[in-house]
Amino acid sequence: MDTKFKVGDPVRVKHKFPPGHIRTPLYLRGKSGVIDRYFGRFRNPEDLAYGKDGLPLCELYWVKFPLNGLWDHNPGKDADSVVVEIFEHWLDPA
Amino acid sequence: MVTTNDPNHYFEHRGRGGGHDHGHDHGEGGHDHGHSHEEDPVERVEHELDYFQVRTAALINLLREKGILTIDEVRREVEVIYSQTPAIGSRVVARAWTDPAFKERLLTDAAAACLELGIDTTAIDHLVAIENTDKVHYMVVCTLCSCYPRALLGQPPTWYKSFPYRSKAVTDPHGALADLGYTPPKGVELRVVDSTADCRFLIIPRRPRGTEGWSEEKLAQIVVRDSMIGCADALTPEEFEAGKGALVG
Repeated sequence: MDTKFKVGDPVRVKHKFPPGHIRTPLYLRGKSGVIDRYFGRFRNPEDLAYGKDGLPLCELYWVKFPLNGLWDHNPGKDADSVVVEIFEHWLDPA
Repeated sequence: MVTTNDPNHYFEHRGRGGGHDHGHDHGEGGHDHGHSHEEDPVERVEHELDYFQVRTAALINLLREKGILTIDEVRREVEVIYSQTPAIGSRVVARAWTDPAFKERLLTDAAAACLELGIDTTAIDHLVAIENTDKVHYMVVCTLCSCYPRALLGQPPTWYKSFPYRSKAVTDPHGALADLGYTPPKGVELRVVDSTADCRFLIIPRRPRGTEGWSEEKLAQIVVRDSMIGCADALTPEEFEAGKGALVG
């Protein structure tokens, strides 16, 4: 697997707020998680939404975020998590 | 008088230069007016369309006029939508419970495994099957919109698309499940799957105790829709006997 990140790598979601058809939920911007799985390469929905071809293909990962740490409150047990598909260009090494 | 909500009829009618200008009374009694309805035997009831009906009609008409879609293709797609039900997913889960090798293939390449059962999931970009176990419990939400494995489960329930579920599933998932009347087993790790991009997730629920030796067909009936979203368990044999079984087949 020739990707920037591998399973187990700690990552941080970019803390930026561009307009458009963004598939990275707002509540995860700037949050840290761990690569849980690699899904493959897909056309970029941020471009597809505007009639472009979505190329080059983008790496898509499953990133696991501890549930306690996303909010000001701790809604779950320490082991609980939220797992979300995030495209590589939204991730920095943490 | 025959009334119709058939969209073909509506568009055809509208397509002919704005429709006829009925100045006369459309009350009971029928046709005491002059012009002939020979080519137009079905009488329509004109009524106010709501905002989304108007918007949908405008969009479909544009697509049709530009030659992008035909009304027949729209009809066909509507038929496909109505043909999809959670019973399809239940079949897949029942097979996974009874055939460990199939379950492995399902977890590795869900689309290929579904195809083995004659289930076409090509409408889904990347189908992912995940398993609820005694250690981990997955539940699915789409906080951005309403992503859902429709080819396997049909249309999502209204609550799945609602703002309260979509926000509470990530801010207070235990509370969101409690709102739906569900408490995951004690001691499991809860994983909220926020389905945001190209993947669609099918959950294989835990197989209930006391179902050993059941046929695939019988097992499918305890795989209720919400258990494949992680917002319920499959029915217990007792619940099934009490008549709570899912409609399958």
